[in-house]
Amino acid sequence: MKGMTIIVKTITRWVKLFIFLFGIYVTLTGHLSPGGGFAGGVILACSFILLTLAYGKEYALSRLSLKTAKSLDSIGALIFLLTALIGMWVTNVFFDNVLQKLFPGTDFMLYSSGFIPLYNIGICLKVGAPLFVTFIVMAAMRIRINDKGEREIIQEEEEE
Amino acid sequence: MVFALCFVLFLTGLYCILTKKNTVKIIIGLSIMEAGVNLFLVLLGYKNDGVVPIIDRSTDIVHFLAYSVDPLPQALVLTSIVIGLGTIALGIALCMRLYVKYGTFDIAEIRRLKG
Amino acid sequence: MFITEIYLLVLLVFMIIAAIIAVEIKSLISSVISLGAVGVGMSISFLFLAAPDLAIVQIAVEVLLLIFLIRATLGREIVSEKGAVTIPLRLLSIFIVLVILGFGIIAFRNLPEFGKPVFSLVPEAPSNSYIQHGLKETGSANIITAVILDYRGYDTLGEATVLFTSLLGALVILRAKTKKNGTKVINHKETKARGGE
Repeated sequence: MKGMTIIVKTITRWVKLFIFLFGIYVTLTGHLSPGGGFAGGVILACSFILLTLAYGKEYALSRLSLKTAKSLDSIGALIFLLTALIGMWVTNVFFDNVLQKLFPGTDFMLYSSGFIPLYNIGICLKVGAPLFVTFIVMAAMRIRINDKGEREIIQEEEEE
Repeated sequence: MVFALCFVLFLTGLYCILTKKNTVKIIIGLSIMEAGVNLFLVLLGYKNDGVVPIIDRSTDIVHFLAYSVDPLPQALVLTSIVIGLGTIALGIALCMRLYVKYGTFDIAEIRRLKG
Repeated sequence: MFITEIYLLVLLVFMIIAAIIAVEIKSLISSVISLGAVGVGMSISFLFLAAPDLAIVQIAVEVLLLIFLIRATLGREIVSEKGAVTIPLRLLSIFIVLVILGFGIIAFRNLPEFGKPVFSLVPEAPSNSYIQHGLKETGSANIITAVILDYRGYDTLGEATVLFTSLLGALVILRAKTKKNGTKVINHKETKARGGE
């Protein structure tokens, strides 16, 4: 059970990078064009899930291990919270966009709205990483009937 | 008329939850209800000949202010869709766990096997 | 009647038909695929409603949801007939749904007409302020991003919490079971030898 046929594998090899890049693009330009952290995170998770479906679990886990994905989840939450706390530290208002007030950028450029791209990156990690982890755990679940005739779950994942 | 049809979509999901005894079917009904509610909220903010609430370099600001649709329901629905994915993933996990325990998706069977 | 409303009516009828098929069909995997049709209809409706952000998120979420549901139902898609609801109960459910529909239609008379939202009638509504001052105050050209990450950041914080909790719950539920008389770690080579499910 090492992945799908050669057709699926070839197509995946061509499109995986484009899906990944599109996710990053949607995340980074979320304040200028349609998109944002939510869409970008789900698209990034989709690119890794495509790898899992086409090549098997081991290949995807060699690209992004479960431990890294769990750390990325926490990093996303910390980026979001710490950025919000900077506003509280400077002006005593939680979620205050002080960077925009102090150094306003040019409108319609990539640097134009202070902390909002940073929030978008945090949300992207926060949404994408746990979805990938959930899919891997769901895909790794196998059911076996033991000697007493009861069903039990077997996780093929190695415990850290 | 559009609102009523959107409500019919919601009620289809409600009927599914009321009558079906398969746990996956109940999850599907929940998902349909969620779709109806999200669509209804976005419908409430639409303006005739509305334009997307995203400003561009070439946007005519006067026309934009007069015809932009409501950004507030769209922002709230954006979070609601992603939360819906999380809750439904939790529901699917529960279904799979129940299948492991009882060997069936049928809640009547599960109730019978309990005692 | 504007052209958008006609498009939306057609799309809504398509979505309702897909939803009814998803509810009533016997095979679970066909049901899941019909649910995907509902999601695609939602995505196209969002495009007609001038919400491209929502369209992107909806189509991506729908793909993931379909993968999750197919993973749950693959190989066990037969719906058993034993647990089917009896005819009187089914009629009662239809009656309840129709009563709710009647009340809903009475309530919908008080809503503003489609295409004339409340915020355009009330000058001091917050949405007007977001549209007028959003670019100047936050620097974000996308007003929706400005709303979710600047004006209403608390909502997004709560959303992140709910998503984290629900996915953590899914992970805990799916974790490998430990035996009652102590923990027994099962290696996967043994599993493959016995042939899985």
